[in-house]
Amino acid sequence: MSPEVLAFSKEAQAELESILQAYPTKQACLLPVLHLVQREFGYISDPVAEAVAGLLDIPLAVAVEVLTFYTLFARRPQAKYVIQVCRGLSCALLGQEELLVYLKNRLKIKEGEMTPDGLFELKTVECLGGCGESPVVRINETYYELQTIDRLGSVLNELSKGPKREA
Amino acid sequence: MKKVIKILTQNFDRDDSHTLETYTKTGGYQAVRKVLGKIAPESVIEEVKRSNLRGLGGAGFPTGMKWSFISKPPKKPVYLLINGDEGEPGTFKDRTIMTRDPHRLIEGVLLASYALGAHAAYIYVRGEFTFCMEALGKAIEEAKEAGYLGKNILKSGFDLDVYVHPGAGAYICGEETALIESLEGKPGRPRNKPPFPAVVGVFGCPTIVNNVETIAHVPQILLNGADWFAKIGSDRNGGTRLFSVSGHVKRPGVYELPMGTPLREILYEHAGGIIGDIPLKGVIPGGSSAPILRPEEIDVGMDFDQLAKIGSMGGSGGIIAMAEGTCMVWALHNLARFYAHESCGQCSPCREGTGWAEKVLRRIEGGHGTASDIELLEKIAKGMSARTICPLADACALPILSYLQKYRDEFEAHVREKRCPVRPKRAA
Ligand SMILES: Cc1cc2nc3c(=O)[nH]c(=O)nc-3n(C[C@H](O)[C@H](O)[C@H](O)COP(=O)(O)O)c2cc1C
Ligand code: SF4
Ligand code: FES
Repeated sequence: MSPEVLAFSKEAQAELESILQAYPTKQACLLPVLHLVQREFGYISDPVAEAVAGLLDIPLAVAVEVLTFYTLFARRPQAKYVIQVCRGLSCALLGQEELLVYLKNRLKIKEGEMTPDGLFELKTVECLGGCGESPVVRINETYYELQTIDRLGSVLNELSKGPKREA
Repeated sequence: MKKVIKILTQNFDRDDSHTLETYTKTGGYQAVRKVLGKIAPESVIEEVKRSNLRGLGGAGFPTGMKWSFISKPPKKPVYLLINGDEGEPGTFKDRTIMTRDPHRLIEGVLLASYALGAHAAYIYVRGEFTFCMEALGKAIEEAKEAGYLGKNILKSGFDLDVYVHPGAGAYICGEETALIESLEGKPGRPRNKPPFPAVVGVFGCPTIVNNVETIAHVPQILLNGADWFAKIGSDRNGGTRLFSVSGHVKRPGVYELPMGTPLREILYEHAGGIIGDIPLKGVIPGGSSAPILRPEEIDVGMDFDQLAKIGSMGGSGGIIAMAEGTCMVWALHNLARFYAHESCGQCSPCREGTGWAEKVLRRIEGGHGTASDIELLEKIAKGMSARTICPLADACALPILSYLQKYRDEFEAHVREKRCPVRPKRAA
């Protein structure tokens, strides 16, 4: 059924089946399926978006409109670690701006950019819903709370040790 | 200080508070046994009405009354949607229920679905909260195995399936009709009302949207009775609520306290006072959309009606404290930038207004503003009030007007001195 671009792992295939059963319309599966394909392939390329649209019987234009409306979907390959600095008010009150300056200097990139080795990407995001432990930085899906320049520095040191993103 | 009453957080200090075992050992799923197939759905709705439970997602709408808008018998399937989008800046409470006591929410969903005649419920979780989705997924599996979900629950003849739906990073999807659109697999753009969701909601069917915390209150209400719950709170505001406290306080965190608890008590007793014992400069009492309060206003009782009376709002219960040394123009600019970023763009007063407000505030804050910019800002805020599809535009306009009113001298000083006269960043 699924076109070749959607060559899923076994677990992902099982997840897809359960998503398809959870909703009365196929289009309602769109967000969960987009999350699934992004987890599988790292980002949502044009062919993948087209295949998802085909799978759910919706026009490609609709799938693309949805993709671009939501901030969590990536349209191009991501760095191995996407660093999301919360710029919400509570974090800003407790030192978020200094963290951002530190990260820009250390990684030598601006917001929205990726380091040349593909290891880190720097973003600012709106309130992450962790304001009780501000300032908050989210790296991929992990929340790092009560961050200071020192703590964040050690986190980056640790992450830099691992293998780089595969080409 | 009143005596400590814990309803939602009673199990939070146990390591295994998220398990079915702990929940059932501490009275969990007893309300379901008492109610399902034994008490009529209409009586359940009556009980919730009498409890004075208010919607804790932001609007404070009486929950029982909202439920009674579903016409009976329904002509189409009824859906219950649980709002776990938790996007209002300064709010971080629903996540604690989803991770630390997910069964309380599931039992609430079950009871609410029974009252409404819904056989499918979706919990819409903000996309970043993958840990909440995992915790809920596991709890739903546990509940299914134990016979609390699925077909013929506890032999009552009642069926219910509960699903977790992931959001994808858009604050506006917390607005209930945007949430419905998003669940249908569309961009999260709010719908025009009427028709209201109770008439035409998700998939064209009657739908109720309730916040996570609201629904998590339902089991104990039905177990202990409406009077018990109503008495805990203040006038027309039943029970407790989870206050998220952040910003310049010594002990930020989530505090469960009776409705109507004075803001001063929350800030200075529970949250430990202001960092460095610096004087308070201002406090947002109900999430970033709530008009700000000055230090002399913090004796207000924290419930929907008392806050409305002094021109602010209870909102999401997110309290953000700002100490002396915080630049109010800078703080307001931070909020305006947020709303400009999150406007869905359908209504021009909102799309243009939030964008302009952000630009003007950036100008004033940077010392490049003129006296007419302050008036312009006021005009922009008034121009975007009460004329849009959803309340996001007002959520931006109301704070702007309140900061301008209560800290006007600070805006004027920026313009006069052509720089920020306050230390612009953190106070401590
Ligand atoms: C812009 C906007 C954002 C909102 N965000 C949330 C949210 O993140 N969580 C929530 O529960 N309610 C949110 N609401 C309120 C919902 O529209 C709705 O009133 C609520 O989910 C109803 O549940 P309740 O009656 O139990 O409070 C938001 C409203 C607006 C206008
Ligand atoms: S008020 Fe703003 S967010 Fe709400 S529908 Fe209109 S443009 Fe969208
Ligand atoms: S402001 Fe940063 S997590 Fe809320």
